[in-house]
Amino acid sequence: MTSTLESASQETPQVRSRPLTAALILIGGLAALAFGLALSISVGAADIKLSTVWEAVFHFNGDLTQHQVIRELRMPRAIAGALVGAAFATAGAIMQGMTRNPLGDPSLLGINAGAGFALAICFAFLPGLPFGQVTLISFLGAAMGTVLVYGIGSAGRGGLTPVRLALAGAAISMLLVALSEAISIHFRIGQELVFWYAGGVAGIKWSQVAVMAPWIGAGLIGALLLSRSITLLSLGDEVASGLGLRTGLAKLCGSVLVLVLAGASVAAVGGISFVGLIVPHIARSLVGASYRWIIPCSAVLGGVLLVFADIGARMIHRGFETPVGALIAVIGVPFFLYLIRRMRRETV
Amino acid sequence: MSASALEQAKRRNNARAWSILLILAVLIVIVFIVSMNTGYTRLSPADVLKTLFGYGTEKQSLILFEFRLPRIVVSILIGAGLALSGCVLQGITRNPLSDPGVLGINSGAGLMVVLFVAFYPSNEASPVFLLPVLALIGALATAGLLMLLSYKKSEGVSPMRMVLSGIALAAAIQAAMIILTIRMDPNEYQFVQIWIAGSIWGTTWKFVLALLPWIVILFPYVLFKAKTLNVLNLGEHLAAGLGAPVGRERLLLLAAAVALAGSCVAVGGAIGFVGLIAPHLARRLVGSRHETLIPASALTGALLVLVADTIGRVVLQPSEIPTGIVVAVIGVPYFLYLLAKAK
Repeated sequence: MTSTLESASQETPQVRSRPLTAALILIGGLAALAFGLALSISVGAADIKLSTVWEAVFHFNGDLTQHQVIRELRMPRAIAGALVGAAFATAGAIMQGMTRNPLGDPSLLGINAGAGFALAICFAFLPGLPFGQVTLISFLGAAMGTVLVYGIGSAGRGGLTPVRLALAGAAISMLLVALSEAISIHFRIGQELVFWYAGGVAGIKWSQVAVMAPWIGAGLIGALLLSRSITLLSLGDEVASGLGLRTGLAKLCGSVLVLVLAGASVAAVGGISFVGLIVPHIARSLVGASYRWIIPCSAVLGGVLLVFADIGARMIHRGFETPVGALIAVIGVPFFLYLIRRMRRETV
Repeated sequence: MSASALEQAKRRNNARAWSILLILAVLIVIVFIVSMNTGYTRLSPADVLKTLFGYGTEKQSLILFEFRLPRIVVSILIGAGLALSGCVLQGITRNPLSDPGVLGINSGAGLMVVLFVAFYPSNEASPVFLLPVLALIGALATAGLLMLLSYKKSEGVSPMRMVLSGIALAAAIQAAMIILTIRMDPNEYQFVQIWIAGSIWGTTWKFVLALLPWIVILFPYVLFKAKTLNVLNLGEHLAAGLGAPVGRERLLLLAAAVALAGSCVAVGGAIGFVGLIAPHLARRLVGSRHETLIPASALTGALLVLVADTIGRVVLQPSEIPTGIVVAVIGVPYFLYLLAKAK
């Protein structure tokens, strides 16, 4: 009797997935990402030939201005774009699995609202702070938002159910957004805030990438390790704990990962979190419902999307940076709408 | 449990729900009276009474009849309308995060406001009376587009598809708004931001008259459909199995929700949060049977907006805090308390 129970708990339930497609997406996506990075480095206010890009990366010559531009301005920007895109998309995938709500995205954990609130306080009461400190404070804001949502969501009997997490997240986000609005209307800093918050990887320097990269890297690896638990959580708490998963612990780990991934990204580039909503849906419709494949595919696709969107943001109005978050919404929405339309009734 | 015990428990629940409805109504009346007394010029309760019966000074009756009363009535109507809309939407989509905002109504109306401000610079005498009409057109157009996007001939309007499409549409519209506003003049931007934060600015009797018919017609309609909402809430297969014409009922209810939210947003700005929180508060108070949930949502929403608008008018005199902000600040803590307390 015990042995049958144990063998049952070892089995992963049948979840529809397409590993072959996933492998293709991963390989194709990484190739597209490499190409996107090269393209992103070569185009801009002054176009630089791809061969020069190659030289600047592998045979750097400090005397050439072009090499300097590539090393100091374009490379950090391109790499930050790829990292942030991957981070938002992965965080979104974790949230959708954990909350079992297709509307889940990192902002539901209070991350965007928390960061925005911290920014509003920064701009209103501590104007003129250096960039690095503003970033740090907005990360702390994101962490505060997450702790509030998680704490209140899991208070009370029954613990952290998906519905309770989603509701606590929505309510606390509303509160923080309202407070930021009040501050920004009173101090008339709304436009500055939007400008910062509409997001963009322009002006990112190596120093920031160096701070951000290890966190995001660790977060991505953690997400891959947690992917099996996320698949189980996505089947419902009862099924998951029936299969031997410690759901409370898994949710805590998931929330910490989302905070690290999305918090670091929001702090660095603002709220481009729409990536976190749409990319996991795209990945799911391509590779099936197993998070073992959804998470890596989301990471790669998110990176590709953001790198290309950033190229677009530079190219639309040369010399003027179109907010990349807005651009992603403009590109992403029609495609997303098409996907939703195509979905079968059962899966929607 | 025997059938009679079950019957008894049900009756007890019903009695509890009705007493909560009564308490909510009494609270609204109390806040109504307090709200009439407070404001930039204080009117004592005696003054208010005298003025109501026509014995006040000219100034008192001007303040009461032309400024405060219409505003109070509009607040109540908006609160009730948005809450009803949210209640219906949460019922038919079976998603606790549904609110008029996910239909893109707030964004659609907001985009029209942004366009209006962008094309009529603030220094000119701009036809402000056009604003609610434009906002309503924006809201209805967005909702119409959403219906088209989520309608399939073979399946009708699937709620999940509608919610997802709504979020996507709202994101696209917000992106357009960011692109439009980012280079706007600071004063114009301030106006837009206050509108988006949700402040009740349609405060004359004309707006009351414009809003009233929608609520008066649609509230009984929605209440009449309470049983259908109960059944839809079970999931569509079960609902179809119980003989509900799922597709048609859902479309009609959806249209009602859109009309309610659209007209409220047109008059009151984007106070979208009421639509999310009021039905949840009501559900925690009276349970999830729509016969009592619907009136409870309407009353909770009305109370919430009325209280918030009164506070927003009074706290930072002579300037005002947008009502939407106050709604969030007072509504969220109570909501979280109920959430943590719930089993």
